[in-house]
Amino acid sequence: MAYSLDDRFIRELSADAELAISTDDLRVFYGDKEAVHGVSLPFERYKITSLIGPSGSGKSTFLRSLNRMNDTVAGSRVTGQINYRGLDLNSPDIDVYEMRRRIGMVFQRPNPFAKSIYDNITFAPRRFGEHDKQTLDELVETSLRGAALWDEVKDNLHKSAFALSGGQQQRLCIARAIAMQPDVLLMDEPASALDPISTAAVEETMLKLKEHYTIIIVTHNMQQAARISDYTAFFYSGQCLEFDETRRIFTRPKITATDDYVSGHFG
Amino acid sequence: MNNDEIKAALTSKSRSAKLERRGKIISFLCIALIVIAVFAIFAFVAVRGIATFVGTKVTLWNFLSKTAWAPGTTDASGVPKLGALPMITGSFGVTLLSALLATPFAIGAAVYMTEISPKWGEKILQPVIDLLVGIPSVVYGFIGLSVVVPFIRNTFGGTGFGILAGTFVLFVMILPTVTSMTISALKAVPRRYREASLALGATRWQTIYKVVLRSATPGILTGIVFGMARAFGEALAVQMVIGNAALMPKNLISPASTLTSVLTSGIGNTVMGSLENNALWTLALLLLLMSLAFNLLVRWIGNKGAMK
Repeated sequence: MAYSLDDRFIRELSADAELAISTDDLRVFYGDKEAVHGVSLPFERYKITSLIGPSGSGKSTFLRSLNRMNDTVAGSRVTGQINYRGLDLNSPDIDVYEMRRRIGMVFQRPNPFAKSIYDNITFAPRRFGEHDKQTLDELVETSLRGAALWDEVKDNLHKSAFALSGGQQQRLCIARAIAMQPDVLLMDEPASALDPISTAAVEETMLKLKEHYTIIIVTHNMQQAARISDYTAFFYSGQCLEFDETRRIFTRPKITATDDYVSGHFG
Repeated sequence: MNNDEIKAALTSKSRSAKLERRGKIISFLCIALIVIAVFAIFAFVAVRGIATFVGTKVTLWNFLSKTAWAPGTTDASGVPKLGALPMITGSFGVTLLSALLATPFAIGAAVYMTEISPKWGEKILQPVIDLLVGIPSVVYGFIGLSVVVPFIRNTFGGTGFGILAGTFVLFVMILPTVTSMTISALKAVPRRYREASLALGATRWQTIYKVVLRSATPGILTGIVFGMARAFGEALAVQMVIGNAALMPKNLISPASTLTSVLTSGIGNTVMGSLENNALWTLALLLLLMSLAFNLLVRWIGNKGAMK
């Protein structure tokens, strides 16, 4: 089934909504192939925005370009603008390392370092010059509390991160990301490798994090998108076909492709 | 098919079951042959090597701690002069020094080839390293003899032969081994570790130093131990540059010897079954035990690394 890529609906945010980050005609190329075709999306502050769509629709690629992780992929090129506090993050004079501490990321598979829980969380703060033990201790506690992991690991902070379960590892990765107190948290299918109970724990964590962070999450799980997100963007074939409030996307989508996707006609 | 036919088919061995059985037997025999060969070598060397201490006045302690090596002669109290400490010192000296020298170069080269410029690494450096592995050791020895030894002689004085010359030659010989094993260790670090580090705002250097090298440490250590095993066992190239004097080395540029160099230069000049000959077998046993120790070390590091 082929859908017209010109048939699009992008809802404008209400006038009083505060923007955390937005893109303007963002295109991603791998070699000569254009994987994302000019996506312009707004992301409201302290809200969760879900990016949904079939495999290969470009949603992960789009997400990874927001903190310039695509820079690390040989042969990739990103054009267009990423607007953040009056700056274009896609411009070459942006310090990507400083930028990434403000725009954190959590990956699909839990990827803790082969270090202790404590060292995993303090990894980034130490890289940025924080060595005071008391400050680091506090940071570890607040980050683990933020990721709803503190109670489970507070007695084993110096144990290897690999001793944790998959769900705990993923929450550790979230704790590690929020230890830098980023503005925006990008999450690339953070629960797809987890069992339902761990998934529930991670989702609960996200709803709590929303109070302090703007979250953009790629998910294959439509119930998850419906449960946790305020806005949903539907990606199809490298294009964002529809962006709207989540309840509208799941009840009254304006685009046929979105309707077919959320009602399970293809995936 | 009636029930009887089915029963017959299910209870008798089919053609493929027989073939499978035959295959199993053949592969087991192959393994058995290798195991037997290894045990036979061990037993042979052990029997010969231990004979040095049986019915003679030579004790194991004397063998390992005395510094006079003159097979065929005895000291004032009639004990044969079989002190292997100079060779043991020489062997460990060249091994440790060359590993110490090679490790930073190997890690540097491997980091360049995997993290910094994989394209260049794959096109130019990998073939160079493969080539270095393939050069016969006599060529290394010859270059050592005609370049390294005169260089040391002119720079530091003395004859130029000694542990330093041996170290330089072994350094070049084990560098490719350690480098290529370090490369595999770095390549085995999952990309998601690098991504995790970069996504936290760490720079490329911080990522390499704090994440990639850290998690590759067991693999790198294994590479170093393999290099040391190679250095410890290398005979020809070392023999050509070390000076072959079974004396306790006074410094890095005085003529010395290793277990292997004494073995290769002495084994043809002794009579099978004599004490002099047995003493050489004892050196061989020592070498064998050391390579066993290196192997166990590699396994131990591997196990420790796997648990994390």
